[in-house]
Amino acid sequence: MRIAEKFAELKRRKDKALIAYVCAGDPSVEATKEIVHALVKGGADIVELGLPFSDPVADGPTIQEASTRALKAGMNPDLYFEMAASIHENVPLICMTYYNLIYKRGTEKFARDCASSGITGIIVPDLPSEESGELHEACKRNGVDLIFLVTPVTSDLRIKSILGMASGFLYIVSRLGVTGQRTDVAGSTKDILNRIDSRVPKAVGFGISNKEQAAEVIHAGSDAVIVGSAFVSIIASGDNVNSRIERLAHEIKQSCIN
Amino acid sequence: MKDSMYGRFGGQFVPETLMPALTELEDAYKLYKDDPRFLKELGNYMKEFGGRRTPLYYAANLSKKYGIRIYLKREDLVHGGAHKLNNTLGQALLARYMGKERIIAETGAGQHGTATAMAAANMGFKAEVYMGAKDVMRQHMNVYRMELMGCEVHAVRSGSMTLKDAINEALRDWVTNVQNTHYLIGSVVGPHPYPMIVRDFQSVIGKEVREQILEKEGRLPDSIVACAGGGSNAMGIFHPFIKDENVMLYPVEAGGEELKNTDREALHSSSLCIGEEGILQGAHTLILQDRYGQILESSSVSAGLDYSGVGPELAHLADIGRITPCNVSDHEALEAFYELSRMEGIIPALESSHAVAYVMKTAETGKLGDLVVINLSGRGDKDLETVFRLRESKEGEETKTVEDKKEPDNKINDKEVCL
Repeated sequence: MRIAEKFAELKRRKDKALIAYVCAGDPSVEATKEIVHALVKGGADIVELGLPFSDPVADGPTIQEASTRALKAGMNPDLYFEMAASIHENVPLICMTYYNLIYKRGTEKFARDCASSGITGIIVPDLPSEESGELHEACKRNGVDLIFLVTPVTSDLRIKSILGMASGFLYIVSRLGVTGQRTDVAGSTKDILNRIDSRVPKAVGFGISNKEQAAEVIHAGSDAVIVGSAFVSIIASGDNVNSRIERLAHEIKQSCIN
Repeated sequence: MKDSMYGRFGGQFVPETLMPALTELEDAYKLYKDDPRFLKELGNYMKEFGGRRTPLYYAANLSKKYGIRIYLKREDLVHGGAHKLNNTLGQALLARYMGKERIIAETGAGQHGTATAMAAANMGFKAEVYMGAKDVMRQHMNVYRMELMGCEVHAVRSGSMTLKDAINEALRDWVTNVQNTHYLIGSVVGPHPYPMIVRDFQSVIGKEVREQILEKEGRLPDSIVACAGGGSNAMGIFHPFIKDENVMLYPVEAGGEELKNTDREALHSSSLCIGEEGILQGAHTLILQDRYGQILESSSVSAGLDYSGVGPELAHLADIGRITPCNVSDHEALEAFYELSRMEGIIPALESSHAVAYVMKTAETGKLGDLVVINLSGRGDKDLETVFRLRESKEGEETKTVEDKKEPDNKINDKEVCL
């Protein structure tokens, strides 16, 4: 499913989206499939499947550790696409990974493998717009959205040029720093949401871990919230994972419902 | 070609949060690099604090043995014991001109961390250094040195707990504190403009060599040999000679135990020699990676060369054939460490020992020409523990071999040579 279709569907209901991140293969391929099912059952509208990289510079400790676990358990790009193809949930799947894995596979092949395994968006946190030309073209040819990030320190001029390339949604980094749960989210988020006049939906991520923060972000004008580390922490605990994932997704989704 | 590229290498593969900081840094650098006030201040620091200019020393004993004229550029005599201070003084001064309050850095063996701590203490910055937990254990004296100078050292426990992970962690800190913090990268690696800035500050080495060799020999050298991990001392000595096509340039990488990769690690650190193109820590360059693009852990007897990537400009110069990448093994580097100590009374860093070893290994073939400059990028005091440990374990093995093979005479001779 394409991301735009999902947002159109939500718009008709005047709902906002919950975008959930988990790291593929953490702790195993089978577990990830069940976790994705639990997320969707709980109310996640879009699922980001992290393709783990050995050196994840944009991630905090929670997702770093998940990446290490997944890599140790044998996750690799071939397995990743195989796994994605076997997931049949009625939500868009997005690949979040670092550029070297894409470069090594070849941008065209990577985009094609996404499209053929049912992945309709790619997020690459270490690929700023200046360096994204080749992948952007490959994504366009294969009907995959390349999702760009903007941050509180991105200038208006840069935002304008990024918006010119954006498709799917615009990933708004709530505050400076790496991924991970935080207590303060709202401050700079409101300011940046106001600065952006986007034709694609705006989704706020980095630091959001509960329904209160989600409600603040939605209230500030975001079309979606992105939650990652909070789900990954549940997976790391190994305790009653699927039902707790489903419950947390459900709770946060309540903040997104009109 | 974009400004940020060296041929098809280089670029700025970093999180969006850092893009404005890289632009700010590049703008500031362009503004101050030719500013007489900045240059005067930097020149003063280099001379009075750093101890420049360093000698270009004619190694008579070595020259005699190998039958060519060998000069050593004595960067081991820079304050702190390595070329690293050239760059930290330059960047710290730049950070001061930019109005930053805090400096962060990564370090492998601790040499760049120490040089950062020196510059920061002197110029009044708060400094924090990220160092892999493994390196903290291996190089605890350097940790103590940094702490003495008021620097906070963070042991990094992610990944392989070495230099690569220290850089990741410094990048994460920078993403979080980018508004008041300057990230003082220690080598010609990372996103543009770092490879250019570090190269320029280190080019003082090559500029001095040019003057000195003309004074002493009345001509340019036939070859220049420098060790390369990230490649800052190599770029620093090569850069002023790039256009002199008759001067051959040899970056010597760490061949480690063997020029071979396993599934998870490389047994060497030779990214220029056998790495593949990829993107690591902000730059498109040559890296050690598996078939999927996961970064392999590198390996070397010398912590300062133990890195899975290499500066993008070196990758470019190798690509166009201007430099000739080569490598020597751990064993060859250690032999050179002993030989230079004995023959010239200079104990080289294990990093620099790689450059020395390459000259010892190839001088006879004639391919280096008659006049060679080796960049002696650092002194070996920091490596004594490592070398002693290696010798003990080697002697342990030899004692075993001796017992097994019953060939005591040879082994005893070996030991005497070592002493």
